[in-house]
Amino acid sequence: MNRIKQTFEQKKGSILSIYFTAGYPELNSTLNVAEALEKAGADFLEIGIPYSDPLADGPVIQNSSQKAIENGMTVKVLFEQLKDLRKRVSIPILLMGYVNPVLQYGVERFCASCAEVGVDGVIVPDLPVYEYEEMYRSCFESNNLSNIFLITPQTSDERIRKIDELSNGFIYLLSSSSTTGKNLAVSTQTEDYFRRIKNMKLKNPAMIGFGISNNKTFSKASEYANGAIVGSAFVKLLGCENYMEKIPEFIRSLKEG
Amino acid sequence: MNYQVNENGYYGTFGGAYIPEMLYPNIKELRETYLEMIADPVFKEEYLGLLKDYVGRPSPLYLAERLSEKYGANIYLKREDLNHTGAHKINNTVGQILLAERLGKKRIIAETGAGQHGVATATVCALKGLECVVYMGEVDIERQAPNVARMKMMGATVIPALSGSRTLKDATNEALRDWINNPVDTHYIIGSVVGPHPYPDMVARFQSIISEETKWQLLEKTGNSSPDYVMACVGGGSNAMGMFYHFLDNERVKLIAVEAAGKGVDSGESAATTLLGKEGVLHGSRSIVMQTEDGQVVEPYSISAGLDYPGIGPQHAHLYATKRAQYVSITDDEAMNAGLQLAKLEGIIPAIESSHALAYLDKMKFKGDETVVICLSGRGDKDLDTYMKYFNL
Repeated sequence: MNRIKQTFEQKKGSILSIYFTAGYPELNSTLNVAEALEKAGADFLEIGIPYSDPLADGPVIQNSSQKAIENGMTVKVLFEQLKDLRKRVSIPILLMGYVNPVLQYGVERFCASCAEVGVDGVIVPDLPVYEYEEMYRSCFESNNLSNIFLITPQTSDERIRKIDELSNGFIYLLSSSSTTGKNLAVSTQTEDYFRRIKNMKLKNPAMIGFGISNNKTFSKASEYANGAIVGSAFVKLLGCENYMEKIPEFIRSLKEG
Repeated sequence: MNYQVNENGYYGTFGGAYIPEMLYPNIKELRETYLEMIADPVFKEEYLGLLKDYVGRPSPLYLAERLSEKYGANIYLKREDLNHTGAHKINNTVGQILLAERLGKKRIIAETGAGQHGVATATVCALKGLECVVYMGEVDIERQAPNVARMKMMGATVIPALSGSRTLKDATNEALRDWINNPVDTHYIIGSVVGPHPYPDMVARFQSIISEETKWQLLEKTGNSSPDYVMACVGGGSNAMGMFYHFLDNERVKLIAVEAAGKGVDSGESAATTLLGKEGVLHGSRSIVMQTEDGQVVEPYSISAGLDYPGIGPQHAHLYATKRAQYVSITDDEAMNAGLQLAKLEGIIPAIESSHALAYLDKMKFKGDETVVICLSGRGDKDLDTYMKYFNL
């Protein structure tokens, strides 16, 4: 069984997922960071494939991507690094990246490599529903990979239903229409939107992301969804000195305040 | 062969809308309304009215006699350089501002490289009293100070793009990020035939006025509306697409698209996308993109800021793949000399972008009576500084 599904079956709420960029801050830090995050108590991880033109990302993740590319990170290098993944990490792992590096690596080869190293799912923000269905779905499914779609406050109910139908892991609920790294300002409007989604009783679990940076926003998000995703706030920490030592406290404070 | 977009937004295998979900509602809204809006008689009347009285269209089709004599062909220049704001860019911004107005948008964003599209956008925003924000690479802001000043005079806010290589590609990313963060009240006026569907088709339609006029002007002047050759420079490819548009289905008309080779296609400093790029996704569409083996977009180079883009529009990729148009390239040096030559022979100082198309005349062999139309996409005022430095004027 896919590890993502297992996680959502075992744990009903306050699931914490952490995003970080592969090859950042150092080319070979990827697996060390993943291992430390699991030890510290993260429930699953999203490893970012760096891209030169990450248009859904704010400055923090942009800079980490640029640094990772300078460090020599590529899709090929990442899969090399992930060969030892399942010896060191047992929680679900998703790869998150833009479509062009995946296309250049080859979609089928990419899916096969994911399956080979034990990656459970993929998030490609600029791979739209139509293109996924027409060209990529069968390849993802035959490799037992969950493809994670995003929805925003502007996504229509009809489209949410369609995305729910196509999803097989969880749905990535954006706290607002924004690039990554903004602070979530919880307004009645946001809560109405979270509630609307909750009341739709989707077949897939939902995780809230974008703007989740501390215990307050994490707890708020967990009221409306199965959990939340923290990206920029953690990537910022990776930019600090002695970042490995700071990981346990970062996770603890997210969960407990 | 069909050279136009299909109902899913593709030209053959190129095109589509590779955008994050945050942009989906905006793109869907455009997709569902643009054709109807453009076809609406009231829209058409206002669009054509503005093109006539504000932009100064039709732009002349000028038989360049001394240039013709030199090359042994009948060479006509389509004078987009005489448009208000000095280039073809305004054909598109006039169209899109009317569209934005009908969609009830209050705020306009745009990207710009050399500043021509930024100026054309700031112009129509002033005309309509809409807020205007233009993203421009920090490096380009320094290189193109007069255009920055023009935009500011017309009330636009110019925001430096500080990410990546700080040029056009990054300004486009910043504009897309702005749109993601302001999805409801904002319209993004893309300046070329690039971006997610329906932008490439929409911009091509607004620029198609160039070839529409050319056909009747040529008929008037020569008794024949189809030339032997049509030539234009290609960065993203909007003037070329406008110049080719109404000739696409007339296969007797040979189409030549001229890319910027920069310091030479093997120099590592070039923008010859069809030669150096491969299939990939950039700024929301699948096309030909200059990139590394790993799929990282590389920074192109050309002396002309308007051709300094690492991709081409998806329709161009399709014309290239189907061989409907021939894609060639011209170096900085060849373009600069062609610019100087036009100034000396015809008293017209072309934009360095347009000089690339002119320079290709040197590589052609004419039989003597052929008709050639070259899109003179912009005037050289903005490039005087570069011409001065290059020729020690």
